[in-house]
Amino acid sequence: MSAATAEHDDHHDHGPEKGLLRWIVTTNHKDIGTLYLIFALAMFFVGGTMALIIRTELFEPGMQFVDPQFFNSMTTMHALVMVFGAVMPAFVGLANWMIPMMIGAPDMALPRMNNMSFWMLVAGVLLLASTLFMEGGAPASGWTLYPPLVLQTGSALPFAIFSVHLLGISSIMGAINIIATIFNMRAPAMTLMKMPLFVWTWLITAFLLIAIMPVFAGAVTMLLTDRFFDTSFFDAAGGGDPVLYQHIFWFFGHPEVYVMILPTFGVASTIIPVFARKPLFGYSSMVYATAAIAFLSFIVWAHHMFTVGMPMAGELYFMYATMLIAIPTGVKIFNWTATMWKGSMTFEAPMLFSIAFVVLFTLGGFTGLMMALAPVDFQYHDTYFIVAHFHYTLVPASVFILMAAGYFWLPKWTGNMYDEKLAKLHFWLSAVSVNILFFPQHFLGLAGMPRRIPDYAVQFADWNMISSIGAFIYGPSQLIFVYIVYKTIKGGTGEKVTDEVWEGAKEQSLEWTLPSPAPYHTFSTPPKEVPTMSTGR
Amino acid sequence: MSDGVEQKNTKLVYKLVFIVLAMFGFGYALVPLYDVFCDITGLNGKTASEATVDEVYEVDLNREITIEFITSLPKSTPTMEFRAEKNKIKVHPGQYYTVNFYAKNKTDKIMVSRAVPSVTPGLAAEYLKKTECFCFTEQTFEPNEVKLMPVRFVIDPELPKKYKTVTLAYTFFDNTEKSVKK
Repeated sequence: MSAATAEHDDHHDHGPEKGLLRWIVTTNHKDIGTLYLIFALAMFFVGGTMALIIRTELFEPGMQFVDPQFFNSMTTMHALVMVFGAVMPAFVGLANWMIPMMIGAPDMALPRMNNMSFWMLVAGVLLLASTLFMEGGAPASGWTLYPPLVLQTGSALPFAIFSVHLLGISSIMGAINIIATIFNMRAPAMTLMKMPLFVWTWLITAFLLIAIMPVFAGAVTMLLTDRFFDTSFFDAAGGGDPVLYQHIFWFFGHPEVYVMILPTFGVASTIIPVFARKPLFGYSSMVYATAAIAFLSFIVWAHHMFTVGMPMAGELYFMYATMLIAIPTGVKIFNWTATMWKGSMTFEAPMLFSIAFVVLFTLGGFTGLMMALAPVDFQYHDTYFIVAHFHYTLVPASVFILMAAGYFWLPKWTGNMYDEKLAKLHFWLSAVSVNILFFPQHFLGLAGMPRRIPDYAVQFADWNMISSIGAFIYGPSQLIFVYIVYKTIKGGTGEKVTDEVWEGAKEQSLEWTLPSPAPYHTFSTPPKEVPTMSTGR
Repeated sequence: MSDGVEQKNTKLVYKLVFIVLAMFGFGYALVPLYDVFCDITGLNGKTASEATVDEVYEVDLNREITIEFITSLPKSTPTMEFRAEKNKIKVHPGQYYTVNFYAKNKTDKIMVSRAVPSVTPGLAAEYLKKTECFCFTEQTFEPNEVKLMPVRFVIDPELPKKYKTVTLAYTFFDNTEKSVKK
């Protein structure tokens, strides 16, 4: 080990390769993290454009701009692009950048596989996007790809399925890499219960991913063979059962939504203590709550299918098991609130987004509890109420926290400070418009407007118009974020940032002990001591 | 990176890849597991796929149960006619009844179809016993053939008291393409 260190000192500062090739062949965790983040941001706008097409069509009752088939393609592709192209890759990008720096490792454990999983993601998303130009159009069955409807997709079906395979393999490789990094690459002083929560939540998320992505790959493979090889997994004519698909899908699907929310919890638990200038409240309960949520996610799937005709015993079991999730989630909300309690809070952009997350995610959680009630779910099922619910848990939760993470770590990544004034403008525009956009959808759902329809009864006209207006404000205001990121990379406000960037951050977690911007290679020798304030001590 | 870590990584990757493969298998294992689970609990209203033995029950004349018959054709089979002789009948548990179903192939080609039964409420399915049904095998129709197909069934007197109406639904699927390929 000592010989290796001495040798390393000889070429300490060898930087990245020159030119464009750097980004294609790179195995550096920071480069790959950047690639993931930029790709995710681009996909956020692609998926967002699709959402704007949906909201434009729904601005008024009647058919105005697109035909129904294309509209359904848009709802399907919007979901697939946002889930697999934007939110998941964005968190993998953060994991790539931050996990090695947070645990005192020189890089990810499997750098070459890291490069491969990124490029496979790009291939998967391009393949998915290509279905838009195929005969019969892109998949239009909703992101759940339920048979028998999905089997009516035109030439796009096999391409969509192979793209899901690629995206799945990419996530699995990313997850394996993260687990190997966290288990084997930690600095000796970084024991498991000293790890920042972002690392913990990602460790648990990675285990969810390797458990569920193969099941989803299996389910779509069954769709493929049902369509092309005369199997009858889901075909009643051959003795199969379409409801079986729903069971397999949601066995994957429910943990999948936690894949998007657990790292969100991790980032929130990292940001809030820094701006409250206090240790995180209830660190170990946060770890256990995360594990509990992950475990429960595997045994509640049929709450997505209350209306398929389950017997009473099944409905009751899935109802109570689902409501149980509110307990560990409540522990987390309580811990974040308690962390802020009597803290010396300041309200920079990352903190504003985090506070909005705590409030609005709780709201999304409550509507989730409403739908967990089997008897009332029959009213809410497949209406705009569920659309409002999951958008509250994804947009002002996951997406807000991703924005917060961007502002929080940009100074560390670039060495420049972002424009706080513009960031606050971005925050207020987003926070207000996201509620104009999604809150009326609760009313629409309760009044009975079904989801995934291009036209609707005139009684729904007013709230749809308001919701669309919210979308027209929310969408374009995200461009402010792009401008801020660009400006920060180009030099930002010109203000020199310190190593710890945020007051007292050095005491919170390891990445702030490194110089800003973080050098290309960090922690070639593991740090001797690790800060523990982020773990509540 | 020291060799120790690299070895540890390789070992861990093997274990994790094993989990991935096992979970892929688990996805497929869910298919038979689902059938077994539904068989044991009778959850999804599937009736037995083979004829039950002709057993003699004590007829319960004091109890009357309404049996409804529903026939449907999926959109993919517009080339058939399919209906039950009666929409509903009243039966006594333990007594055998025969109801005729009528089906017609409206094309001038040979057609192979399969009827898939389903019972509502699902938990009543195991008490509806069929000694004869056209749904046990695929039915071959000559061009323009009309078939009168009897279903002989009995309601097991063990049927819980809470069930007063049982619905038996058949969907006739056109399986010609798949069967001809075989």
